[in-house]
Formats: sequence, C-alpha cells, structure tokens
Amino acid sequence: MIEARFCGQLGHFKLDVHFQSPNKGIIALFGVSGCGKTTILRCMAGLQRLEGFFHIENDIWQDQKTFLPTYRRPLGYVFQEASLFPHLSVKENLQFGAKRSLQVSTVSFEEIIDLLGIEKLLERRPNKLSGGERQRVAIGRALLSSPRLLLMDEPLSALDRDNKNEIIPYLDRLHQNLKIPIFYVTHDVFEVERLADHLILLENGKIKEIGELNELAARLDLPLAKSQEAATVFEAQVIEYDEQYELTLVKIAGGKLWLPSKVPQKNMIKIRILAQDVSLAKYRGDASSILNILPATVESFAPLNNSKMNVVLRLENNGAQLLARITRKSWDHLELKIGTPLFAQVKSVALI
Amino acid sequence: MLEAIVLTIKLATITTLVLLLIGMPLAWWLARSKRWWKEIIASIVTLPLVLPPTVLGFYLLITLSPNHFIGKLFVDVFGYALPFTFTGLVIGSVIYSLPFMVQPLRDSFESMGERPLEVAATLRASPLDTFISVVIPMARSGLLTGSVLTFAHTVGEFGVILMIGGNIPSETKVLSVAIYDYVESLQWKQAHWLSGGMLIFSFLVIVIMRLVERRFRYD
Repeated sequence: MIEARFCGQLGHFKLDVHFQSPNKGIIALFGVSGCGKTTILRCMAGLQRLEGFFHIENDIWQDQKTFLPTYRRPLGYVFQEASLFPHLSVKENLQFGAKRSLQVSTVSFEEIIDLLGIEKLLERRPNKLSGGERQRVAIGRALLSSPRLLLMDEPLSALDRDNKNEIIPYLDRLHQNLKIPIFYVTHDVFEVERLADHLILLENGKIKEIGELNELAARLDLPLAKSQEAATVFEAQVIEYDEQYELTLVKIAGGKLWLPSKVPQKNMIKIRILAQDVSLAKYRGDASSILNILPATVESFAPLNNSKMNVVLRLENNGAQLLARITRKSWDHLELKIGTPLFAQVKSVALI
Repeated sequence: MLEAIVLTIKLATITTLVLLLIGMPLAWWLARSKRWWKEIIASIVTLPLVLPPTVLGFYLLITLSPNHFIGKLFVDVFGYALPFTFTGLVIGSVIYSLPFMVQPLRDSFESMGERPLEVAATLRASPLDTFISVVIPMARSGLLTGSVLTFAHTVGEFGVILMIGGNIPSETKVLSVAIYDYVESLQWKQAHWLSGGMLIFSFLVIVIMRLVERRFRYD
C-alpha cells in the first residue's frame, strides 16, 4: 500500500491531495493541464517539498520529521522530455543509475535492454536517436536503477503520433513484466484507457475521484465518459480461435465477443470498446453484418450535448458495464429509459 | 628573453589553475543562487573587466603592502611581503582575470538548466556526485573558454604587473614588461620578435578555441 498526502500553496494554485493506492499496476494521475498532477509526482520524488507525508509500505519517505532527499529514494522518474545526458553514450546513460543503485539489482541489464528493444542503440550518442528511441532509453535508465516505484510525467506528450504508437507496446510489456507500481501522469484519455489499472482524477489541485479504471470510465459525471475517445475496457478470456475466418472468441463478464485476428494464446487479455462503436437496437435483427450483439439493459444515461447521449448498459446476468454513445434523436425514437432491455451492437473491438 | 617567456607561461598556468578552483564554485553559486544580492557579487567579479589596470594595480599595491592589515597578515604568516614578488603577481592576475573565468562558466552552468540535476538526483547521484559526473562534463565548453581566455589574458597582462610587480628579471619581468623595456631602450629587433610571437600566439589561441568549442557543444 502506498499512501500520500501533499498540501501547499504554489503561487495562485493550492494543492491538497490525500490518496492511497495499491503497490502494483499502473496508476494514472489524470486531469487537464494545471490541475497539479505533475506537482504530485514531483512531491513523491522529493524534487519539490510540500507539507504532508509519503509512505511506501513500511518505509517513510516524508513525514513531519523526515524528508528523504531525492537521491536517497529508490525511485525511477521519466520526464516529459527524455533528458538523456548529452555527454554520455546510450549505454553509459543506462548504467548511470544502475551503478548508483541503493539496493540489490532487481532487474538485469539484458532483460531491460530486451524489454525496451534498445540493444542496437547502445553505442550511439543521445543526439543521434529519434524521439521515441530517446524516451525508451530514458525509461530503461530509470528502471535499471532498481526503483521501487516508477514515476512517469507525460512520457509520451512530447512525441508525435508515430513515436507514441511505437512506445505504447513497450509500456504494456513493462506493465506485464514488472512488479513495481507505475504512477503515470497524463491528460490523454486514450493513454489512460490503454494503460491504466487505477485512476486518480484531479481537478484544481484536488482529487475528484479515485478508483479502478473500469468503474470510473463508465461514470457519466466524470470527464472520461465525456471525452471523444470514451470507451470501456474489459478483462477477457480467450475461448477459441476460428481458423477459417481468422476470428478469436473471447468471454467477458456478461457476454462473448468475436475479435478480428488471432490472439496470442494467453488466458486473460484486455479489450477496449469505444462508446461510439456501440449502437443500440430494441430487437435482435436477423440479418446484420455486425458479429457482436450483446443483450443488455439501460442502467443510466446523461446527455453529452444537444445531439449526443451517453448511455451506460449492464450486460446480462449482472455482467460488466458497457458505455454507448448514440444520438439523442435515436434515444427518443427508441423510447429508451432506465431498465429498458435491448441489444448492444458492437461494431469494433480492439485488443489492448 | 627566454627567461621572460618561461616566467610568463608559468604565471599564466598557475593563474588558470587557481582560477579554475576558485571560479567553479563561485560561478556555480552565481548560476544557482536565488539571493537578490548575488548580482552585486557578480558585478564585483566583473569589475576588473572595465577598471583601468593601473587603478586595480594601485589598490592591489596598497592592499598587499605590509602597511595594510591584509599585507601585514601575509608577512606574519609567510615571512615576506607580496609586492614585487611572483606570488604577488599570481594574486593580482587571479583578480584581474576573474571575470574571464567566471562569466563563461556561469553561462554554461545556467544554460544547462535544472533538469540534468533533477535527472541525476532521481538516479541516486548525490549533489557532489552530480557536480562531478554531470555538471562539469556538461559545462566543458565553458571550462575550455574560461581557461583559454584566462591564460591568454594573463599572458597579455601589463598594467597590473607593472604596478605591483615592477620589473625584476626572472621574478616579475614578464613578456609584456620585457617588450616595453626593449622599446624604451630602442632594441627594436627584440621587441619585434616578442611582439610578433605574441601576435601569432594570440591568433592561434582564438582559432583553436573556436574549433574545439564547436566540437565540444552538445545539441
């Protein structure tokens, strides 16, 4: 368990947060620019000092009496810009933290190099790398210092789309292979849905909501459901693979879904369904090109604007929640209300 | 003539080394401190740049002489007075060249910003470790510029030396003073040799510094 409280005035801005989080998984600190998420991360690292405390399991990094300086805290920090040391090669950058590690190394050099795909870059100079490569090296450098937690401050925001897409799969791999918690600051809904397990939602220096991603993503009063890329994420179990059509059947709480493409044989996977890819029908049509049709009932709804409506569905047998975005015209036309049974037609499912 | 050359090189080398030791912490403090009065200190450091060397030399002569308490303190500790000695020249040169070392260093410390220091701290480097393994290597172009400027400036020093060092062969008679002497005594040939040598030396210093500095920069 990690517990932190930071409180203080920064210019015109007042930060006052107190949270607990599990000591594993990716915890996203999410909010618009200027909501205080980076400040929280800097306080956790000891780069900035505000009133409060910070405990990791039984270790105290900050309380009324103690304030460990940053270099005495076993953490990894990935900044927005990779900030590699220009006077050192990639390899020397990677070794910088490893050499100074406070505890017995928990990861091997080869393992991290392999995980991040940077073996070909070792002899190069930082100024000869692309933005994505640089950020991967920065992540590797942080991990090789054997941290007990990894802090990432919008690590993708300085990158273009291509470089972002290049890095995300590596972050997934870290998530699966590392046992340390990752605090991930972002203002990008896509990154939250793609990566986070837990979410700390921030607004004006205060915590608005904290919880599991699945619960908060379907909360219509929170910003995730209101965003363009609103989606629901499910844990799914692979059931079978249809060779003829190259489709994989997976089971989620309350239904089964076909995924296009073969899923590498793993028991549990994560899938994501965009709210705008879900349409609603009162009756199950016989002839439809849509493969995935799930019985569900309306659980809650909230208009998004004059034309769109957000609807939270509950899948059958008290299954998972599914977020749908339809037009208000359709909502009125179908005469939907809370408790209406219907069929959710899912146009596309993405494996994440 | 050779005596003067050797003495000059010795003086410039020692001055540069002493200034590296004093200049690094001073420039670091000027670059990082948030105290309002640091610019006053910075102005004092820059003063030798605009002050006529004779004025600086005059005050140094007074301060270092055994009649002044600083000069007297030195006599009490080391047993000799500073004016008209090589040590006196080193002290004068260090003060005279201070801005040439401190300003380039301060610039390169400031231009690297806070970030490399924070990164080093998150990688378990203590402040001293960070200074040695990150700050100094990253400021190498400033170190080079500062050292070369200090060395060259000390080689060309005249006014301050004449005021506090006089003209004692192999003790305080450096190149610039020697040239002055040759001209005074109408020995044009020797004056030509030394002056021409200085001209070439100065030119080479600047060319080499520019070339090396370009390679030293990080983008």
